[in-house]
Amino acid sequence: MSSSVNIITLTIDEKQVGARENQTILEVARENGVEIPTMCELKGLTPSGGCRMCVVEVAGIPKLLPACMTTVSEGMVVTTNSERLKKLRKNILELFFSERNHICAVCASNGFCELQLMAQKVEMSHVHYPYLYPHCEVDASHNRFVLDHNRCILCTRCVRVCDEIEGSHTLDIKGRGIEAQVITDMDQPWGDSETCTLCGKCVHVCPTGALIERGMAVGEMSKRKQLLPYLTQMREVKT
Amino acid sequence: MKKLTLATIWLDGCSGCHMSFVDVDERILQVAEKYDIIFSPLVDVKEFPEKVDVTLLEGAISTDEDVEMVKKIRKSTKTLIAFGDCAVTSNVPSMRNHYDLKDVFKRGYLETSTDNDVIPDEMLPKLLDKAYPVHHFVDVDVFLQGCPPSADTIFYALVEIAEGRTPELSKRARFG
Ligand code: SF4
Ligand code: SF4
Repeated sequence: MSSSVNIITLTIDEKQVGARENQTILEVARENGVEIPTMCELKGLTPSGGCRMCVVEVAGIPKLLPACMTTVSEGMVVTTNSERLKKLRKNILELFFSERNHICAVCASNGFCELQLMAQKVEMSHVHYPYLYPHCEVDASHNRFVLDHNRCILCTRCVRVCDEIEGSHTLDIKGRGIEAQVITDMDQPWGDSETCTLCGKCVHVCPTGALIERGMAVGEMSKRKQLLPYLTQMREVKT
Repeated sequence: MKKLTLATIWLDGCSGCHMSFVDVDERILQVAEKYDIIFSPLVDVKEFPEKVDVTLLEGAISTDEDVEMVKKIRKSTKTLIAFGDCAVTSNVPSMRNHYDLKDVFKRGYLETSTDNDVIPDEMLPKLLDKAYPVHHFVDVDVFLQGCPPSADTIFYALVEIAEGRTPELSKRARFG
């Protein structure tokens, strides 16, 4: 961090806080004990602004801004937890649940899942949108890992960790919008991948039961969060 | 205080939520102080009552009979509780939802059976194209998540409702 970075002041939820001018609203909020819910964000990976859970209100700007992608500025007045934001976050989460087939009772990640926990946190009692019940494949061709598209929320954490930390870029996304899907190599079965190094980072950053270790039964797949400080460290070495 | 009336029923569910209800153990006596259980697999009554204060409805809505039943239940019930994940999300029964009904029948009656070669089409309720959550058809007052919800949570919810309060479930219940 260069010493020439300017320090600015802004307001987050009626609290005056200081920040470096190149920080995001999310970073500054966290430093000051203000919790903003996130799904796609993961410390150590480049923010992607995809999930929209972290949207906040900034005075004077009519649209909502993702806290993970918006840098702070002098005098900014940020609201992170209005009734409107709470409702929107609940709706966003409902869309996650309605777009794929999340049957927690028979999921390897049951009890450890960030999506499941987030539903509880934002008090999502049910999904008021119609469920889409799409037909999704399960890629079990790899001898160590399984990719279950039924549980994927397209957060791209796996894609980013594979590219940015492992340097393999085995994983990517094909298609757009509701058609989007995680793929391996040129949309081949994962087991046929020539680039996958079997490191398993994707599995452990995946917030849901979409990426699991082979052979895990219901409620067995806890993710190793110890990986996360390591990611940050690797990131700092690289930049 | 006047006792409330309670009905419990399962449609497309596995009865696991009812098992969890039975797991309140001796606290069933406290439930019985607050409620008369007037309809339930636990009591021998055939017709769903015309009027009931609280209904615990387990299971998804999967057949034409379920649809009729859930409408009847809604009409009779003051406080309708979607009881467990099948009622709230359609859960495990919804695992058939992305298959054609034709294929579901073929799988259920032909492919997985060695001594049967007919798909029954009489005397049985008609399967809907999909298994749906209860709120797809009628308004729900309380969503009680869990597969199954714990006995503690069920007991808590029933007591709160009997005391005239809205149960605070977000900290006590979750999917799965
Ligand atoms: S990934 Fe999470 S939310 Fe989805 S079914 Fe599994 S436990 Fe439930
Ligand atoms: S597989 Fe997991 S980490 Fe990858 S995009 Fe889907 S939910 Fe995110």
